[in-house]
Amino acid sequence: MDFFDRFAVPHPSFLIYASMVGIGLTMIAIVLGITYFKKWGYLWREWITTVDHKRIGIMYLLVALLMLFRGGVDAVMMRYQLSMPDNTFLDSQHYNEVFTTHGIVMILFMAMPFITFFFNYLIPLQIGARDVAFPRLNALSFWLFFMGMGLFNISFIVGGSPDAGWTSYFPLANNEFSPSVGTNYYMIAIQIAGLGTMISGINFITTILKMRAPGMKLMKMPMFTWSAFIANVIVVFAFPVLTVLLALGTMDRLFGTNFFTTDNGGMDMLWANLFWVWGHPEVYILILPAFGLYSEIIATFARRNLYGYKSMVVSMVVISVFSFLVWTHHFFTMGQGAFTNSIFSITTMAIAIPTGVKIFNWLFTLWKGKIIFTTPMLYSMLFIPLFTLGGVTGVMLAMSAADYQYHNTMFLVAHFHNVIIPGVVYAMIAGLTFYWPKMFGFMLNERIGKWTAWLMSVGFVLAFIPMYITGLDGQARRMYTYSESTGFSMLNMVSFIGAGIMAISFALLVYNIYYSIRYASRDIGNDPWDARSLEWATHTPVPEYNFAITPQVASTQAFWDAKKNGHELFKGKIEKIHMPNNSGWPFILGCIFFVFGFAMVFSIWPLAIVTLIGILGCLVYRSFEKDHGRYISVEEIEETEAKLRGAKK
Amino acid sequence: MKIDNSLPLEYSTEENNLKILGFWIFLGAEIMLFATLFTMYFTLENRIGNGPSGAEIFEITPVLVETILLLTSSFVIGLGIHAMRLGNKKAMMIFFSITLLLGAGFLGFEIYEFVHYIHVGATLQTSAFTAALLTTLGTHGLHVTFGLFWGIAILIQIKKRGLTPETTNKSFIFSLYWHFLDVIWIFIFSFIYLKGMM
Amino acid sequence: MKIKVKWALLTMIFTIATVLTGCEPLLVLDPKGPQAKTQADDIMLSILLMSGIVIVVLAILVFVLIKYRASNQKDDYEPPHIEGSALVEAICIGIPVVIVIFLSFVSVKSNYEVEATPAAYEDTEPLIVYASTSNWKWHFSYPEEDIETVNYLYIPAGRAIEFKLYSYGPITSFWIPQLGGQKYAMADMVTTLHLAADNPGEFMGRNANFSGAGFAKNTFEVTAMSQADFDEWVEEVHETATPLTEDKFEELLEPGHLGRSTYTGTHLEFSPAPEHNHGSTESEVDHSEHENHDSNHSDEESDHAHH
Repeated sequence: MDFFDRFAVPHPSFLIYASMVGIGLTMIAIVLGITYFKKWGYLWREWITTVDHKRIGIMYLLVALLMLFRGGVDAVMMRYQLSMPDNTFLDSQHYNEVFTTHGIVMILFMAMPFITFFFNYLIPLQIGARDVAFPRLNALSFWLFFMGMGLFNISFIVGGSPDAGWTSYFPLANNEFSPSVGTNYYMIAIQIAGLGTMISGINFITTILKMRAPGMKLMKMPMFTWSAFIANVIVVFAFPVLTVLLALGTMDRLFGTNFFTTDNGGMDMLWANLFWVWGHPEVYILILPAFGLYSEIIATFARRNLYGYKSMVVSMVVISVFSFLVWTHHFFTMGQGAFTNSIFSITTMAIAIPTGVKIFNWLFTLWKGKIIFTTPMLYSMLFIPLFTLGGVTGVMLAMSAADYQYHNTMFLVAHFHNVIIPGVVYAMIAGLTFYWPKMFGFMLNERIGKWTAWLMSVGFVLAFIPMYITGLDGQARRMYTYSESTGFSMLNMVSFIGAGIMAISFALLVYNIYYSIRYASRDIGNDPWDARSLEWATHTPVPEYNFAITPQVASTQAFWDAKKNGHELFKGKIEKIHMPNNSGWPFILGCIFFVFGFAMVFSIWPLAIVTLIGILGCLVYRSFEKDHGRYISVEEIEETEAKLRGAKK
Repeated sequence: MKIDNSLPLEYSTEENNLKILGFWIFLGAEIMLFATLFTMYFTLENRIGNGPSGAEIFEITPVLVETILLLTSSFVIGLGIHAMRLGNKKAMMIFFSITLLLGAGFLGFEIYEFVHYIHVGATLQTSAFTAALLTTLGTHGLHVTFGLFWGIAILIQIKKRGLTPETTNKSFIFSLYWHFLDVIWIFIFSFIYLKGMM
Repeated sequence: MKIKVKWALLTMIFTIATVLTGCEPLLVLDPKGPQAKTQADDIMLSILLMSGIVIVVLAILVFVLIKYRASNQKDDYEPPHIEGSALVEAICIGIPVVIVIFLSFVSVKSNYEVEATPAAYEDTEPLIVYASTSNWKWHFSYPEEDIETVNYLYIPAGRAIEFKLYSYGPITSFWIPQLGGQKYAMADMVTTLHLAADNPGEFMGRNANFSGAGFAKNTFEVTAMSQADFDEWVEEVHETATPLTEDKFEELLEPGHLGRSTYTGTHLEFSPAPEHNHGSTESEVDHSEHENHDSNHSDEESDHAHH
């Protein structure tokens, strides 16, 4: 009996049981649906075993959207709990689990897959390549990420969610103060997903360095590819720190080591330091690709080339270097003394300079342009003022003496949502709207799209601006309740209303997808936005091989030059194309990793050892496998091309 | 597959080039991994709690033997790659086998060393220092162990398939990995053992 | 129409901000001590400066959006190709550099101010208070006065106070917004926070760093009083309170919430603060030797921790 006890949720509530039933019914419905429509074979052949970067990208997108809603529900629950003093909707344990999972889900399982979706879908298209450098590793990255995500998400119905905050500071996160298996899930699920992220980082760097179309020198790459390149370099340098950190945390929790304990020489501050040595670069991993997307969108709809291309690139390089030199600003209050704080205060403020350069470059891109307000452009134009507000509050937080007052308060919470939502989330939705026609062959409805953008912004302002004020009034973050006498209640109610409006705007986004699937025109051509870079030069929908003939590039906006200045993109004739074969082993390996992770979380050692051997077995099998891919014949390509050209006109 | 005959076999195809570059980037990540472990080790080095310190438990003899074995193996795998470039399959396989044997010897001594540590009361649970030491050494040791299995898999493939662009590519990448482990060991030797014994 | 919505939005933000800040001064911006004053001044200065930046960016944005809208231009207008100009970009870098240098200067100066005895009370002898947390309580030990309180803090106004912070569990953060910013209390070292209250008064104090289930209610009350009243209170405690025994203290450390209580004697005698003082010159080696010497004590601590 003892064996099964540990799988029970330690703090059950009606909400958790309701979600259990909900998840169970949804799973059964999906399985029945797929069986009824006989889609298992299709699913296996076309999606689960795929190595096509576009399909892998779309799977990342699905996960990201799913997690956006999960994290969003968490957010609304928190805002509702705090909307009234002494509210009893959530108890403290449940609230702690909710804000912990909200943070992890939004950063690691929503924002990360969202940008990885853009990396996957766009990088090969923007550089004129047929796929990424290692298509199979790419599939493995996805399945590792997916299984890590899955493992993390079952935590709240099997054994309990992590409850020590997304930062999981020790000693709070050790066995003594966090006795449930929740924090084991944190350590192991993030480890598995992080492994996937690191592999894809290596993959994209290699792709960008080696597979660019002829003529595309580094300084002729589209801005999004540049931002993706720099972000992935940060991934490769920052994620090993996370790997070590989580491994040490796992050992402390499972094997009784003393890295972060308070006994026998353990050092809790080491966790905080290592966590932020990874954690700060991580936020730039998210924001730089977002900057890249804004650059593409703003240039497209200002009908002008991006102003200050070189300084855009240089500023991103500077930001990436500085991102590793500021981690201490997350704990100015740890008592390092005035000197250390001063150094990190200055390095932190210095990041505002390259970021400011980017803002001004976008403004100058609009200058003398011919601005068209489409939905993606609207998001970008709302991004600039809102993100500037988030950026300047960041400078305020960087003043370490004043940070003693902001730290751990709602002011800080307001700040980082103020950069992440207009910075990253808007970019993701703007990018999604922008690239939707390329992916699916129809556009999202513009009118609903603009309503969504405005509603989201109104909701955002109402939800987060009050937090700056309550923070300065002494409301600490992560408090599950407060008393009437504090006077926080009115502003928190405003926040809740804002959160509700944001929730409506996301529902509207879903409605827009539904509406556009039903009613949008399918006759949109390959280049509905009159855009500038290579991804628009191929057909919609994009054929498996991306480009029938590898394009020739001579500037940063090759496709625009082809349209306006007579640049010839596709020289030469069609030749047979080498493509990789689909493979089931990334998925199988991912599944074994899932079981391994589960065994580790619950310390079921025999199963852990068996699955570990299984993982090694998979690697050996892969090493001996002979698979040189296949060729698409010239006739086949010509046939596809003719069909796509026909479909378009 | 296009094969460029002007280049060594391991570089001769597009795919091979990608793999070699990708592996270098992977080694960059590995450097960060070990850099983090070293940072962690140096932070916790003197936090020995109630356990022994490095000076009390380090033994120079097995460490010296391990160092000699691993340095030699790194030299021998260099000879193996040279033989591979000359197209001498037999010599290459002999050198690779010697490398793996030396690696196995290294591992044997490291296991002995670990048993010794546990015997003198420096286990994973003793103190922050012992946990840091055993984790750092253990991570390197696991890399060597993984390398042994990887090397055996490559040897079998070369025996069965000969020196093809694919097998030479794998062997070359394996040699990069092996040299990397050697470099890491030099850091471990200098900054963990020598510094700890002084 | 969109511009109107934007302005409506902005007016709304400003109205909310001014109305709400107008009601009652925000704690952090209503300082009652020199350290909090330094911080509030920095905050107000940066808010002003930063508002300037936001307004400039917003103004440029609104201007270009109106001027260069496609509907405001001829159909055949073709935007020019502009690579960028060194002069413009130098200005875009130069102005932020100047602002950052200025703020760095302010920041560094304030850093040294808040990390030292408040300048106004430098000639007073600082009162030393050991403030430690256990889940989810605050223990205040006055070694010189030889008394200890739980969950409330009496301090003399007009005198520098030096808090020595540490924790019997997770990392916590000692924060009295109106007297000054927070600092962490941790299990393996003591941090020092310098504060002072200008005048008698009552203030809210709390743990600001998440520390588990009871975190939200991990607060304490601070009363600043004249030195004479403070001395009187100390005397009264010595007359009325019971001594703090080791057993009693162990009982206090049990996780949970407690009301206010007062004792004579401090726990420092049988369960001293961690030795390692961050930022001090004491080396790590010395530290571990201390730990060995004090192994009896650390054993006790770990016993407590295992409850």
